[in-house]
Amino acid sequence: MSNIVHDDAIIRPPAIGARIWNSTTRILHKLADEPLGMIGFIILAILVLVAIFAPLIAPYDPAAQTLSDALQPPSLAHLAGTDEFGRDIFSRLVHGTRITIQTVLSVSVIVGPIGLVIGVVAGFFGGRTDAILMRATDIVLSFPSLILALAFAAALGAGLGTAIVAISLTAWPPIARLARAEALVVRNADYVAAARLYGASPLRILFLYIAPMCIPSVIVRLTLNMAGIILTAASLGFLGLGAQPPLPEWGAMISSGRKFMLDYWWVAVMPGLAILLTSLAFNIAGDTLRDLLDPRHARS
Amino acid sequence: MIKVENLDVVYGSKDKSNHVVRGVSFAVSRGETLGIVGESGCGKSTVLRSLAGLEGAWTGSISFDGKPVGKVRTRDELKLAQMVFQDPYGSLHPRHRIGTALAEPIRSMGAGDGWTRVAEALQQVGLPAHFASRFPHELSGGQRQRVAIARALILSPPILLLDEPTSALDVSIQAEVLNLLADQREERNLTFILVSHDLSVISHMCDRVLVMQNGVFVDELSRQDLQTGVTHASYSRELFEASFL
Repeated sequence: MSNIVHDDAIIRPPAIGARIWNSTTRILHKLADEPLGMIGFIILAILVLVAIFAPLIAPYDPAAQTLSDALQPPSLAHLAGTDEFGRDIFSRLVHGTRITIQTVLSVSVIVGPIGLVIGVVAGFFGGRTDAILMRATDIVLSFPSLILALAFAAALGAGLGTAIVAISLTAWPPIARLARAEALVVRNADYVAAARLYGASPLRILFLYIAPMCIPSVIVRLTLNMAGIILTAASLGFLGLGAQPPLPEWGAMISSGRKFMLDYWWVAVMPGLAILLTSLAFNIAGDTLRDLLDPRHARS
Repeated sequence: MIKVENLDVVYGSKDKSNHVVRGVSFAVSRGETLGIVGESGCGKSTVLRSLAGLEGAWTGSISFDGKPVGKVRTRDELKLAQMVFQDPYGSLHPRHRIGTALAEPIRSMGAGDGWTRVAEALQQVGLPAHFASRFPHELSGGQRQRVAIARALILSPPILLLDEPTSALDVSIQAEVLNLLADQREERNLTFILVSHDLSVISHMCDRVLVMQNGVFVDELSRQDLQTGVTHASYSRELFEASFL
């Protein structure tokens, strides 16, 4: 017992920087055991880098039209060919990454906290609060999301901003339901009972005890949703209700390439491949995150 | 120290109601340890949870230290009685470090930062102070239960409510935890109510034992009765015979 007394002085809560560093290295270590997940995360990292350095990577201006070079097949000069206005498709794809990443991040940042708070509050307080919040969630959930997004985009005017708002409006209910389900389990845990016994206020219990337990599954769900968000954004772009020309939005690019698809396949296929690769990467990354963050889904 | 009169707990509404605790009354004096035994579902945990303030569906009267307490407790009333739970794996927040878990009661009570008392609290339950930076999953079951006891004691309550504190632990660890509880009782002159279905734990710890069946107390045994094996009701005789086989 005597040697215990000496290390009193070092008892402090660990600093936030050290905590973040610790958990990051721990997750990276676990990630090293998941080669497929690693590929997903590497693709996502490349996408983010491409989005940040788009002007440096793209060989041409994405909006520059050279009508004499229209509809050129892929070659060394134009890696992914050119479209009907002679714009370089590769440069447009590179700049389109920015729009995609921007859409996905904005939707996730809006939807995550809203879904989490609504779900956790409903699950923790229960009773009438739960009934009201969950019926509201059910109502939004009962709309087909693309149709609702279409209606919103049509009502508010087409554009990237409205597309983000429209997708966000339909994307929070699944998150809220998930958070509520988690909160229902956690609120009956002994550590919550103990917290009540030592006088923790309901808000303290909600945000320091229950919400941290719901965040991992919400993050996983958000990552898996990102693939769907990309597809919805591309669908809106395809229908002309997302980003407006001449912005190089991938869905809008497919839409314009559709007219020449039989003779000039690359105009539609190249942005299609970009969408496929990105949503696949988000799906794989989401699956891996679930394995890492949620022990219940651990692989045997 | 603790006085309970006509405690009734009924769950559910009229036609589907479940009368779990039927008008029990008892008193515990300061420094005494009262044991409550009985089979699963007889209402012993419910009595304890009503005392702690976790149960809202009770009627009757409960008073601590001469002062009656209500269903919704004030901070001062909560400081009178703290509870140690059965499952040490479920009673500590998995994402809070041990230090945070011990500091939380003080912070929740609005009595300062709390970290200044973590080292002392850990030492009192025989754990090294550097455990403060660990997570609960990095501790064994016995160590976790020690942390849970330290957390219950950090507000210096005169009453400790123990809900089967050792039934989730290994036999060898059980003795350690029981000795720790007994030491703390000596040191702080604590009043315990110990709920258990393990009669050897009860006879080791308790001055007096109440035997519970279907929501009522059917027998009361003193320490001497326990040692000599005297029982006053057929149910407690059955219970004791079954456990000492």
